[in-house]
Amino acid sequence: MEVQTTYNYKVVRQFAIMAVIWAIVGMAVGVLIAAQLVWPQLNFSELGEWFHFGRLRPLHTNAVIFAFGGCALFATSYYVVQRTCHTPLFAPGLATFTFWGWQAIIVLAAITLPLGITSGKEYAELEWPIDILIAAVWVAYAIVFFGTIAKRKVSHIYVANWFYGAFIIAVAILHIVNSGAMPVSFWKSYSFYAGAQDAMVQWWYGHNAVGFFLTAGFLGMMYYFVPKQAGRPVYSYRLSVVHFWALIFTYMWAGPHHLHYTALPDWTQSLGMLFSLILLAPSWGGMINGIMTLSGVWYKLRDDPILKFLIVSLSFYGMSTFEGPMMSVKTVNALSHYTDWTVGHVHSGALGWVAMVSIGSLYYLIPRMYGKTEMWSKDLVTLHFWIATIGIVLYIASMWISGVMQGLMWRATNADGTLTYAFIESVKASYPFWIIRVLGGLLFVVGMVIMLYNVIKTIAGAQPAEERVLPAPAAAH
Amino acid sequence: MADFVSPFWDLYVKVLIALSFAFCIWIIAANSKISGRVGELQPHSWDENLQEWNNPLPRWWVYLFWATLIFAILYLMIYPGFGAFKGFAGWSSVGQWEREMQQAEAKYGPLFAKYRNMDVKAVAADKDAMAMGGRLFQTYCMQCHGADARGAKGFPNLTDNDWLGGDGSPEYIRSVIQAGRMGVMTPFPHLGQEGAKDVAHFVRALAGLQHDAARAQRGRAIFAENCVACHGPDGKGMTAVGAPNLTDNIWLYGSSEQQIVQNVLNGIQNRMPAFGEFLGADKVHILTAYVWNLSRGGSSR
Repeated sequence: MEVQTTYNYKVVRQFAIMAVIWAIVGMAVGVLIAAQLVWPQLNFSELGEWFHFGRLRPLHTNAVIFAFGGCALFATSYYVVQRTCHTPLFAPGLATFTFWGWQAIIVLAAITLPLGITSGKEYAELEWPIDILIAAVWVAYAIVFFGTIAKRKVSHIYVANWFYGAFIIAVAILHIVNSGAMPVSFWKSYSFYAGAQDAMVQWWYGHNAVGFFLTAGFLGMMYYFVPKQAGRPVYSYRLSVVHFWALIFTYMWAGPHHLHYTALPDWTQSLGMLFSLILLAPSWGGMINGIMTLSGVWYKLRDDPILKFLIVSLSFYGMSTFEGPMMSVKTVNALSHYTDWTVGHVHSGALGWVAMVSIGSLYYLIPRMYGKTEMWSKDLVTLHFWIATIGIVLYIASMWISGVMQGLMWRATNADGTLTYAFIESVKASYPFWIIRVLGGLLFVVGMVIMLYNVIKTIAGAQPAEERVLPAPAAAH
Repeated sequence: MADFVSPFWDLYVKVLIALSFAFCIWIIAANSKISGRVGELQPHSWDENLQEWNNPLPRWWVYLFWATLIFAILYLMIYPGFGAFKGFAGWSSVGQWEREMQQAEAKYGPLFAKYRNMDVKAVAADKDAMAMGGRLFQTYCMQCHGADARGAKGFPNLTDNDWLGGDGSPEYIRSVIQAGRMGVMTPFPHLGQEGAKDVAHFVRALAGLQHDAARAQRGRAIFAENCVACHGPDGKGMTAVGAPNLTDNIWLYGSSEQQIVQNVLNGIQNRMPAFGEFLGADKVHILTAYVWNLSRGGSSR
């Protein structure tokens, strides 16, 4: 048998390109539903129910988290695991299957969700046949990833792979447990769980989707692309060990903070809040390790837009992982829950952290998939950075203001104990901020379109790269 | 009954919590001191140039971690969280709710109670009471009946002094707020689409609306056979069974042919929830006066 001596870049390339495309699709749907809140006629009711907010909102979340985020994670993890294990991907056929399987899942989601086919579980809306396909793709992913780790040519496993590995294992468990359901027809099923238990399982899943899909996976990305782009060693090996174990362990407890002041037992709510607070330090460990990796080369931030993306993403990561524990405190949650503040918090994580770190990493990765080291236009990368940053700031700031305003309006009472404001008055008062949100989201999409243009220019006429596997380094002394 | 079906699960949760804290404390304590020389690189490298410094954990970060752990342990001593252990403060969410409700009752109750013994008509003449009634209406009633109390499709207009199930007296209004109301019409699917259309044109004719004379003629017979039991031979309705007057051009669901056909074929299942237990007699008293006043031309809000 011939030994493969080049990295398997084809699947990396496929996922990387699709990440950019799905980002535009998912975020454009996000802008549409944000606009629907301001201009209800955009629900296009005269055409049918398919474009209603309730149908498109899960499409938006699935597209940005699983299509864009998922493709970015597949692309970077396949790239990183090969290069840091000094060996091509294990089971390349399965890797190809994960690409086509994952794209099929995305297309099925884009068809079934507007049709109203949903299990009704947030971030896990897809019905059981699609859930089974997801499980199959995910098991294949795990085999490829851990198979590559197993045949690595270096003794030590690089830190990025710990995070990718934890993300792959945890998401498998979360998905399989939470999607447990009894089918009644091909497109309809009922959850195995009921009542408060169903809510608890759902938010154990929901928060760990944040913790593992949107955090651990992207920390893996960060641990490769930040030191690579900065050209500096990771700040502290010790810190990465401690914050890795503390993070993946503590996240599993945090789900109940989504269910404060509900039918969930008091003791469960308390534990959810406390472990969310304990999560602050482990989360910040990742931010410190990433940002401090730049020590000695801070000047590079001035004219390297990729580093700008990566470092600003870590700043947003630090900010939203401070905000999260604070919002999980019951007294704060009593104000923030069910308001736009939650939406703002999610997007400071999703746009500020997840999207920015992915964009930075893809700008590093995509030219290297075509035998280049730089994007076609560095100026357009810089432009993308500023447009995206302004978009995020508009989005988050408007949601903070409208969220706190809504929370205060809902709890305001008159001298006789009646409510000062009817609900609809808080809706009316939110309009200006919802318009600002549309603008912020629109800017972010415009940035992604600039990226797509830059990507097309970069790869136009270029040959896909073939790169020989680097020999394993001898242990340094 | 506690939240645990057996003492085993209490123990299970306690052991898990204890192990979790032990793990967090161990990992931070065991890594606070580093071996090897600070400022040196770890003896590994990957992919040409990936390396790691042997830097210690930042002190302030270690203290932050300890602070959250200590806070959590103290919290678990005071509040519920450690399995079935209730915490020394004796706090519970149900207890907090009951306390807040008692405080609110003590604070706001007298404001409403002072109208308790006044006649509804006298309450309706009291400016302060009507201001309070307006605020109660905007909190509890406007979701269905609208901010201006003029209703919406399926939700009656309260300002027109037209009543489906009674005479509009204060006693009637009070009984509806207190016990709610069911608005039920039997479905007549056996009439078929054509029969329902005929009867719809007859009903539109009753109300003096544009109609197809031939259909209305056929509809008259169907009406006489199926509808008169509730709506009366002249179509003027019967408040005793809540059947509306069909001749007065007040339409709860709309007067289009399509809407009437739908009502005839599918019937109606509508209800107003009962507010007696939820609001208490004093608030219902003020709301009764407020709605009675509205129906007699009083202004909303």
